[in-house]
Amino acid sequence: MSDKKATLKIYRGDNDGGEFKTYEVETYPGMVVLDAIHDIQAKQEPGLAVRWNCKAGRCGSCGAEVNGKPKLMCMTRMSAYDDDPEPIMVTPMKAFPILKDLVTDVSQNFRMAQKIPAFAPRPREADGTHRMQQDDIERIQEFRKCIECFLCQNTCHVIRDHGKKEDFAGPRFLIAMAGLDMHPLDTLDRRELLKDEFGIGYCNITRCCTEVCPEHINITDNGIIPMKERVADDYFDPVRWLIRKVGGEEKKKKASLPVIQNETSTPVVKKKKTEKAAKADE
Amino acid sequence: MASAKYETHEHDVIIIGAGGAGLRAAIEASNEKLSVGLVCKSLLGKAHTVMAEGGIAAAMGNVEPRDNWKVHFRDTMKGGRFLNQWRMAQLHAMEAPDRVKELEEWGALFDRTADGRILQRNFGGHKYPRLAHVGDRTGLEMIRTLQQHGVHLGIKVYMECTISRLLTDDDKIKGAFGYWRENGKFVVFKSKAVVLATGGIGRMFKINSNSWECTGDGQALAYLAGAELMDMEFMQFHPTGMVWPPSVRGTLITEGVRGEGGTLRNKDGKRIMFDYIPELYANETADTEAEADKWLAESTQAGGSKAKRTPDLLPRDIVARAIHAEVKAGRGSPHGGVFLDIATRRSAEDIKRKLPAMYHQFKELGDVDITTDPMEVGPTAHYTMGGIRVDSDTQESRIKGLFAAGECAAGMHGSNRLGGNSLSDLVVFGRLAGLHAAKYARDAAAPSIDDGEIEAAATEALAVFNREEGENPFLLHDELKDSMQKHVGIIRVEKELKAGLLELHALKARVGKIKVEDNRHFNTAWHQSLDMRNMLICAEAMCQAAIARKESRGGHARDDFPDQDKGHFSKVNIVSRMTKSGEMEISEVPLPEVPADIKKVLEEDSK
Repeated sequence: MSDKKATLKIYRGDNDGGEFKTYEVETYPGMVVLDAIHDIQAKQEPGLAVRWNCKAGRCGSCGAEVNGKPKLMCMTRMSAYDDDPEPIMVTPMKAFPILKDLVTDVSQNFRMAQKIPAFAPRPREADGTHRMQQDDIERIQEFRKCIECFLCQNTCHVIRDHGKKEDFAGPRFLIAMAGLDMHPLDTLDRRELLKDEFGIGYCNITRCCTEVCPEHINITDNGIIPMKERVADDYFDPVRWLIRKVGGEEKKKKASLPVIQNETSTPVVKKKKTEKAAKADE
Repeated sequence: MASAKYETHEHDVIIIGAGGAGLRAAIEASNEKLSVGLVCKSLLGKAHTVMAEGGIAAAMGNVEPRDNWKVHFRDTMKGGRFLNQWRMAQLHAMEAPDRVKELEEWGALFDRTADGRILQRNFGGHKYPRLAHVGDRTGLEMIRTLQQHGVHLGIKVYMECTISRLLTDDDKIKGAFGYWRENGKFVVFKSKAVVLATGGIGRMFKINSNSWECTGDGQALAYLAGAELMDMEFMQFHPTGMVWPPSVRGTLITEGVRGEGGTLRNKDGKRIMFDYIPELYANETADTEAEADKWLAESTQAGGSKAKRTPDLLPRDIVARAIHAEVKAGRGSPHGGVFLDIATRRSAEDIKRKLPAMYHQFKELGDVDITTDPMEVGPTAHYTMGGIRVDSDTQESRIKGLFAAGECAAGMHGSNRLGGNSLSDLVVFGRLAGLHAAKYARDAAAPSIDDGEIEAAATEALAVFNREEGENPFLLHDELKDSMQKHVGIIRVEKELKAGLLELHALKARVGKIKVEDNRHFNTAWHQSLDMRNMLICAEAMCQAAIARKESRGGHARDDFPDQDKGHFSKVNIVSRMTKSGEMEISEVPLPEVPADIKKVLEEDSK
């Protein structure tokens, strides 16, 4: 243990107003910002409110803004600020109403989750299994890494600066929809919902959500852009528009999507679905 | 009327706890067309289930066709050193595959085999590759799947709401009393049936892998309502927690690392587990490195392996004590653990793909790149085999209408749980508890709650505000953690246990003198002071039962009784209950007789 000290300025208050209070803590190896908050809570300010669960970057409860950057406090090392002579500023996530101190009201996200139609799988194979190739599910597994910390929702300027909480689902729920849409077993078509209720058109691809994602999910390139393209194809392509006008509702099909690999920026075209899978989609 | 004074909700069934077991119970009760309330201390989807990494055990036979429920049942009983309630272990082994398929049906995307089915991996104590998994984040996949399925069923969810008392009448449940964490206001739930699914008790140890929620709430609520606790002496210390830096000491490293071929080594580079193979596992465990590696290479391939299993995948209690012994003998790593090496065993690409969370966890919190360097690991308090004593078939406690499932219930795992058997426990027994709670509720009369009982619960909860001065709940919690770690840890001895018990009694008196400042609005100090009561009940039960069990078995190791008893203690479970005067009383109950056909299954162990 060292006797090094660090200074933090923490927002104390609620939605009606508050102030920054300054605290000093002793630091130790590996200490993260959440450790400092707990130390202050135990020894200086028992009433300091903070939401947390696992302290291992798995549950996504302790999102806040550290020096203005959206972070999980449990994954933010105090040593990252060693060279900065200024106190470490800790504020609640800006896009959500403040309940108390660092705790915000994120209930809007749970209401949005409820609007997503449930997964609707095709029937099982004759042998009782669902067959899927690992290659075909890796993209969706990436989206399913989401720990629902809502840092992306907090960062997205559509929500943060323009307050479109009710008209725009936000990155978390767009990739949740993408995860269902790209699921090899799913049979529902959610495009209309994406366009109208979820307001996918509001996203102008600034990729701020991708930048803050603690799970390093390529939210914009792998999730939102393919979904935007699919919605655009369907609703704004003049040929399809004509078919819809003349022939009634066009049979909706799930097409294969261009996706971006995780650690490169080379677009690769996803394998076509197996004949059987395509048939089951119809 | 009390209901006019406090916010009141009425349901047929309320579920307390929204991890895997609670969610699965809520789904089942809801399927029975009843009104269901789900109450959880945190936000939905944040429960400790998200921390489960390695997988869910189910004898699906996708990788090893020889696998079936009988082998899984046998492995489970053997892992628990035959102190399990055999019927629970049987139900679990038989139903787990259906529960996994059901998760898939609800959208869970498990890793796949080459022919497109659910992939299964090796894990400690499981004879065959049996764990369905999603990399090293299986618990997250499970909780998200249950959550997304559940929100469309009309279940009413009460988030960030803590229950501080169960309400009962003549050993019959009628509801629960609690408070909203956000504003501190009280809330009353009237309910015909209650399912407890509150998880574990790890927060009472200094070095633990648990989230803040794991404070033994369900166990304590049930105990205070007159139910029994059982097997409380059995605490699982997971062999591989992080040991450095101090900030993350205890944070879990999945057994999946060893499932993927990782090995434990001491400071001399020697693979330690070959020196710690107990007799019970001798005939199925490799005694040379060559054979262990052959098994690792072959066991997940078509045709399986004829080689014996690697000792790195012995059950957790054995591995945890081996690490403890190596460190004690001076052969540990620089920060008091041993080395877990995956870097020399698998390619960097494999490690990042199969163990992505571990890779990031060490990189970001431990400054270690696990694709090039070994991890430092040591035991961490992880899981309690003990909990609320329930009926094996219905999950009902001795209080009518009060059910329990998951980690807060006892019986399934005996003296030691196998890795992967927890996630399956949650969905198998979560479902059964939900089903039987619904059945009970359908026939039960609407409860009436009396004002006096509610006022008593309110007075108890507010006592900490009404003192002039007093103890700090955070510092008392630290003292409890230190005391349990020191006296009731991985190796126990009577003298230490008795000293620990005295300290617990002293702490209990001091908890009665906690003073909390500020108002009730999101007041963590207040919440902590109420959680202390629950942890102390569980701690005392553990300490008392540990004194009573004069042998070493599974998650209970006694330095003064180092052997597993073949006589008396192999036939009894230890039970704690509250006497009329409020004292804790310990007694022994006989293990249920194993029927002949099940005995036969146990003896069929193919050599």
